[in-house]
Amino acid sequence: MSGLGTGEVGVVLVSHSAQVAESVAALARGLAGSGPAAPVAAAGGTADGGMGTSAELILSAARAVDRGAGVALLADLGSAVLTVKALLADDELPAGSRLLDAPFVEGAVAAVVAASAGAALDAVEAVAVEAYEYRKV
Amino acid sequence: MRDTQFFLRWMAAAAAAVEREADRLTELDSPIGDADHGSNMLRGFTAVGGALDAEAPAAPGAVLQLAGRTLISTVGGASGPLYGTLLRRTGKELGEAAEVSDEELRKALYAGVGAVAQLGGAAPGDKTMLDALVPGVARLATSYRAAADAAENGALATVPMLARKGRASYLGERSIGHQDPGATSSALLFGALADVADVADVADGAAEAGEAA
Repeated sequence: MSGLGTGEVGVVLVSHSAQVAESVAALARGLAGSGPAAPVAAAGGTADGGMGTSAELILSAARAVDRGAGVALLADLGSAVLTVKALLADDELPAGSRLLDAPFVEGAVAAVVAASAGAALDAVEAVAVEAYEYRKV
Repeated sequence: MRDTQFFLRWMAAAAAAVEREADRLTELDSPIGDADHGSNMLRGFTAVGGALDAEAPAAPGAVLQLAGRTLISTVGGASGPLYGTLLRRTGKELGEAAEVSDEELRKALYAGVGAVAQLGGAAPGDKTMLDALVPGVARLATSYRAAADAAENGALATVPMLARKGRASYLGERSIGHQDPGATSSALLFGALADVADVADVADGAAEAGEAA
């Protein structure tokens, strides 16, 4: 990626549910390996604790994990995906923010493992997208 | 020409329509959605009114961009980014002009509806907002009232459709037989525009008659 620094890629997990976002963040950190995990932030539910999506929570999560190397966002469905896309379209997220076309849980684990190992944003995206290829039967 | 006041009145009329119809929107959203469309839209348009009062944008494009940004940050459901994108993109197209022509507004709304289609990846016939928005903008060249009627008919025409986007699409054939809540609220937005234009045109006519006399 041009114009981005050499720090770790940050990961933001956007779910309709605060518990899902937090739990998947904890799972991904737990599987990230023995070293320090890349910055991961959950943006789940609405600002008042309900089920849905909050643009403010997404923006603050992205700013919190931004180390200058890009921010990878994963979203579960519907308004979570659409809100991230709308924020990207208006350049409201930190420079180098990108929505990953990846399954939420598997993609989050892949992204955090790769980011924690020092992978750049393109590589983090590639492994998260690849998580769709893992067949279970 | 349409000035900033026209656009402020449009947003106020849209908010009033959403408030009036909030229960019906939520009722429509109950069998095929998650029963929050009315309350989400009401929260969003209430916040739009507050933001417009607080920031007092000075141009038509600025009114719609602020309204769109506010919807994205306050609605909490898919209608937030979708309606937010519609208004924000339309506002961007209008630029910074203090007044815009009906033709400029028609073109801007056309671009706004295109942005909604791109964001949601839906097409007409998928039982979404677009089933009201697309016929609505297509009739804007005729009149605002014709556009509102076309949007309303478009919303009614979603009843026999099979939902192909969003939560309703998970219901498959059970989504048939219900009017789409997003298409219904889209028709309200066009209805509010037509109401505001009717009032403005009557006022213009009276002013011209006054000047002539």
